[in-house]
Amino acid sequence: MHNASKHLLFILAPLVVVFALLPGVYQNHLLLFNFVIFLILAQGVNIIYGFTGYLPFGYVGFFGAGAYGFAIMVMHLQTPAPLAVLVGGLVAVALGLLLTPLLRLSGAYFAIANLAASLAVLHFVANPALEGITKGPYGVSLTGTFNPTHAYYAAVIVMALTVGAVIYLKNSPFGLALQAVREDAVSASMAGVNIVKMRVIAWLASALVAGLAGGIYAWYVSVFYPDNVFSGEFSIFAIVFALFGGVATITGPIVGVLILYGIYNLIGFTTPQYFQLIYGLLIMGLVLFLPAGLVSLATRRGWHVP
Amino acid sequence: MSPEQNSILKVSKLVKRFGGFHALDGLSFHVVPGEILGLVGPNGSGKTTAINVISGLYAPDGGEVVFDGASSGGVASHKLVHRGINRTFQVPKPFLSLTVRENIQVALAYGGATGTPPSIAELLEEYRLKEVADRPAADLNSAQQKMLDLTRALATRPRLLLLDELAAGLNPAELDWIAGRIKALAATGMAIIVVEHLMGFIEQITDRVIVLNAGKEIFEGTLATAVREPQVIEVFLGGEHAH
Repeated sequence: MHNASKHLLFILAPLVVVFALLPGVYQNHLLLFNFVIFLILAQGVNIIYGFTGYLPFGYVGFFGAGAYGFAIMVMHLQTPAPLAVLVGGLVAVALGLLLTPLLRLSGAYFAIANLAASLAVLHFVANPALEGITKGPYGVSLTGTFNPTHAYYAAVIVMALTVGAVIYLKNSPFGLALQAVREDAVSASMAGVNIVKMRVIAWLASALVAGLAGGIYAWYVSVFYPDNVFSGEFSIFAIVFALFGGVATITGPIVGVLILYGIYNLIGFTTPQYFQLIYGLLIMGLVLFLPAGLVSLATRRGWHVP
Repeated sequence: MSPEQNSILKVSKLVKRFGGFHALDGLSFHVVPGEILGLVGPNGSGKTTAINVISGLYAPDGGEVVFDGASSGGVASHKLVHRGINRTFQVPKPFLSLTVRENIQVALAYGGATGTPPSIAELLEEYRLKEVADRPAADLNSAQQKMLDLTRALATRPRLLLLDELAAGLNPAELDWIAGRIKALAATGMAIIVVEHLMGFIEQITDRVIVLNAGKEIFEGTLATAVREPQVIEVFLGGEHAH
C-alpha cells in the first residue's frame, strides 16, 4: 500500500472516528473541543515550524484574527456560522500576507517579531475607537449562532483537513522541498526550489488552519474578549505540544497534544495547587532530555516514525 | 566560427563590489559546450565570487553574464537552475536531516531537468552513494557529502556545471576517479568550470585555464603556458621570481 494511504487509514481515520464518537460517551464536551482545537493548532505549528523552521511565537494572532473575522461577519452581516468560519480563515490568511516580510528574518528574530505582530493585532482589535466594528475591549456576544454541537463537528472536520495536509507534506515532493529549504536555503535554490514561494505557501497554510480554528472557537464559546482569543497561552501550548511529540512528523504533534494536554487536565482536576510546578518541571525535563521530542526515542534507534 | 561565438557562457567586464572592495573588477571570459575550463588564482582573487555571480547567488554590480544567448546576471538561482546552470559548494551544503535519496529527489522534482531526468539509482551507483542511500546526509563523511552535492547538481541535468573546489580533501585514488568522471561529463557536451587549488588536478582535467588576480583575468590559455608567464609567476610567487 502507498505510504500516504497507510497514513490516512491508520492515523487520520482512527483519530477522526474517536473524536467524532467521544461526545456520545464522555460528558465534558468543552474538554473534547479544546483537545480538537489544540490538535489543529499543534499541526499548524508543525506545518510552519516543523517543515520550514520558522518558530511562530505569535501564532495566536491568526487564531484571534479568525475569531474576530467570524464575530464581525456574524454581528454585522448575520452570516451563517460555517461561512463565517471560512471568512475567519481568510482573514487569517490576509494577516499572514501582511506579515510575509517577517519571513526575511530567521531564528529568534522571527519569533520575537511574530510575537510583537500578534500583540499589535490584539491591541488593534481591542482599541475602544473601533467599538463600532469589533466592540473593542468590551468583548463580543454571538448568541444568534450559538451551537456547540455543530461547532464541535466543524472543528473535527478542520482537524481532519489539517492532519490530511500534514500527511500530504510528509509524502510529497512539495513537503520534501519545504524541508530542504529549512535545512539549507541556498542549496534548495540550487535544487531548483523557489524558496520564497515555498515559505509563503507554508506560512499562509498555517495561518489558514489557525484562522479556521479561531473562527470555530468563536462559534463554540460565542462570548469572548480580545484577551481570550489573543491569549499567548494558545501559541505557547501549541508550540510546546508540537515540540513535545516531535515536529516534521504526522504523529508527533498528535501524541504531544494527547499526552501533555491530557496531563495538564489531569493535574488541573486532581492537584490544582501543584499545577504550575508539575507542568513547569515536565517541560523543563522535555527540553533538557528530549529536545527533538518523544518521537526521537524511536528515531534514535533507527525506527521510522510517520 | 571562432570558439567565442560557440560559447554557452560569456562573461564580460563583470564587476562585483562588497562595500569598497572590488571582488570582481572587470572579469571577462567564456566557455564552450564540452569544455573544462579552470579558474585559478591566489586566495581572494575572485574565483568563488565569479561562481556565485554566475549561479545567481549574487547580482553583479556591473558587466554582463550571458548564458545560452540570454542575459542571466541577477536572475534568481532557481530560475538559472531551470535554464541549465548548476554548481557544487566549496563546503558541501546537503540537506542534513534528509536521507541521501531524498536529497536527490528534491533536485529531481524541482530541478526542471530538460529531457529525461537521470535515474536516481544510476546517480547513487556512479557516485558511490548506494550503500548510504537511506541514511541521513548528516551521517556522511566529507568526501561523500561532496559527491552528494555533485549528484544534487547533476540531477537537474545542467548544461553548465560549476565545481568549486570539489577535489580539495579527496585522497589520490579518489582524485583520479573523480577526474575521470568530470571528463566523462564534459564528453557528453556539458560545459564545466572548475575552481581548484590543486594544480596537478587542474592540469589533468582542464582544456584551458583563466588565471585571476584581484578580480580580473591576467592570463588565458593552457596551464603549461601559464606557468611560464612572468605575470602569473609574479602573482603566485611574488615579484622576485618572475625574472
